[in-house]
Amino acid sequence: MVSDIKKEFLQNKENKIIKGNEAAAYAAKSSRVQVISAYPITPQTTVVEKLSEFVDQGLMPGTQYIKVESEHSVMASMVGASMTGTRTFTATSGQGLFYMNEMLHWVAGTRLPIVMAIASRGPAPPWNIWADFTDVLSQRDTGWITSFCATHQEIYDEILMSYKVCEDHDILLPKFVAYGGFILSHTSKPIIIEEQALVDEYLPPLPDEKGWPHIFIDPERPMMFGNLIMPSGFYYEFRMKIHETMMRAKEKIMIAAKQFERMFGRNYGNGLIQNYKMDDADVAMLIYGDLAFQMEEAVDQVREEGYKIGMVKLRHFRPFPVEEIIEIAKKVQVLGVMDRGTAFGSPTGGPISSEVKTALHNTEKTAKILPMISGLGGREVTIDQQKDQLKILIKMNETGELPKDLLYGTLWHGKLEVK
Amino acid sequence: MSNTEKWKDINKSREKRPLVQVYKNWKELPPIPISFPIEGSIGSTGDWRIFRPIINQEGCNRCGICWMYCPEGTIKKKEDGSFDIDLQYCKGCGICAKECPTKNIEFKREDDLNGE
Ligand code: SF4
Ligand code: SF4
Repeated sequence: MVSDIKKEFLQNKENKIIKGNEAAAYAAKSSRVQVISAYPITPQTTVVEKLSEFVDQGLMPGTQYIKVESEHSVMASMVGASMTGTRTFTATSGQGLFYMNEMLHWVAGTRLPIVMAIASRGPAPPWNIWADFTDVLSQRDTGWITSFCATHQEIYDEILMSYKVCEDHDILLPKFVAYGGFILSHTSKPIIIEEQALVDEYLPPLPDEKGWPHIFIDPERPMMFGNLIMPSGFYYEFRMKIHETMMRAKEKIMIAAKQFERMFGRNYGNGLIQNYKMDDADVAMLIYGDLAFQMEEAVDQVREEGYKIGMVKLRHFRPFPVEEIIEIAKKVQVLGVMDRGTAFGSPTGGPISSEVKTALHNTEKTAKILPMISGLGGREVTIDQQKDQLKILIKMNETGELPKDLLYGTLWHGKLEVK
Repeated sequence: MSNTEKWKDINKSREKRPLVQVYKNWKELPPIPISFPIEGSIGSTGDWRIFRPIINQEGCNRCGICWMYCPEGTIKKKEDGSFDIDLQYCKGCGICAKECPTKNIEFKREDDLNGE
């Protein structure tokens, strides 16, 4: 496997050793985005730096790069650009994402297929700029499709897949592509940048001058959108349609992942989740983002000790893969759910573990769930700690007892302890 | 015709565009609500009026400032260059009266006009 990738990597001179943020910028370039609007914020800054470099050097002919004064204006200008029928891209992090919040609702409500990379960071205060998915997860109800990347290559690949799903005329929804700040954004790895002709073949054609099927700004054909709808009007039904479309997007995500594999040879499970050594596993960990990448190694090492343990990498948070999670929870005895993010006051304190519990509430005979949290605000999670986390699950399976030291049912792992 | 095709038609061509679109249920709806500029699309906004603007045609120099400023487009330019206010849609905001450089638009309480 490794040597295959190496061979493939060396064959194409376009392939590069680059940072995660640059992978996002290259993905936007490969996707031939037509309008970029962005405001720099750590740890996303180098995405937009790279893109402005591309535009400046004429490597993205025809692409407009809009400089704005804030993140709110970023998304407002993206809305305008997308409504004229263009492929659009932007990126942000933490506080910048929160500042955009009003416009995020506007984008989904207008059904604009805007794709945004998010180098996730912990919300302030206290100030924090390191990996923590609370920023993107707290935008849960904005109507954006939400995905996580575990590797540098996945950032590039996921952005391509995103345009495929979002611009589908039966979907037309925006999407977040999140990855851990610094851990992926600022470290370098070999990345395969696919040939332009292949990417063009994979992606839907750029919207033509007539724009999207449902909206199109043109002074020649004036129209009004974002209208006020009285309570007796169809407001309720339009909201319902967003939910219905989001649920239908699951199928499109799976198709996009399958076609991606066929075309580029890289597998991402069924698109929604990706299993690792789950075939014979009786204990498993559900995990997302960069922690999942290192967890593969931890699973391997614990398996060497003779335990049948597996891992499920959650790739999409919205739409939530309910069926897949039910299937897994029926198969294993104990399922740990690891969050790198918080949902204060929710049933478990972790955003994903709360979702997993909800997904299972009507299913009988499912695994015992252990909600876990680690690595908040970029706190290092070592491979030994991850092995320790897996062993907690194994012990839980063997003894049938919950671990001690839970906080309202959730295990907060890797806390500082001064002796 | 698929739904996507239908929206495309509705969206793109003036000719095929129905003035009013009728939807029976949520499944038939397009992804977003849009409307096209037609006269009085939000109803008879004249109902909102408390004060009525009245142009004094004698003093009016036909500069067109009121016509340009009216947010509702209810001031109509006539053939002879004078201006008329369509009271069915004039919402009585008073912008025209405020902006008129010759102060030739009077702004009178509807009650005082006794329904004239
Ligand atoms: S009162 Fe307002 S709405 Fe009526 S004509 Fe004057 S500017 Fe237009
Ligand atoms: S602004 Fe006053 S002077 Fe000018 S056209 Fe209107 S009523 Fe006449």
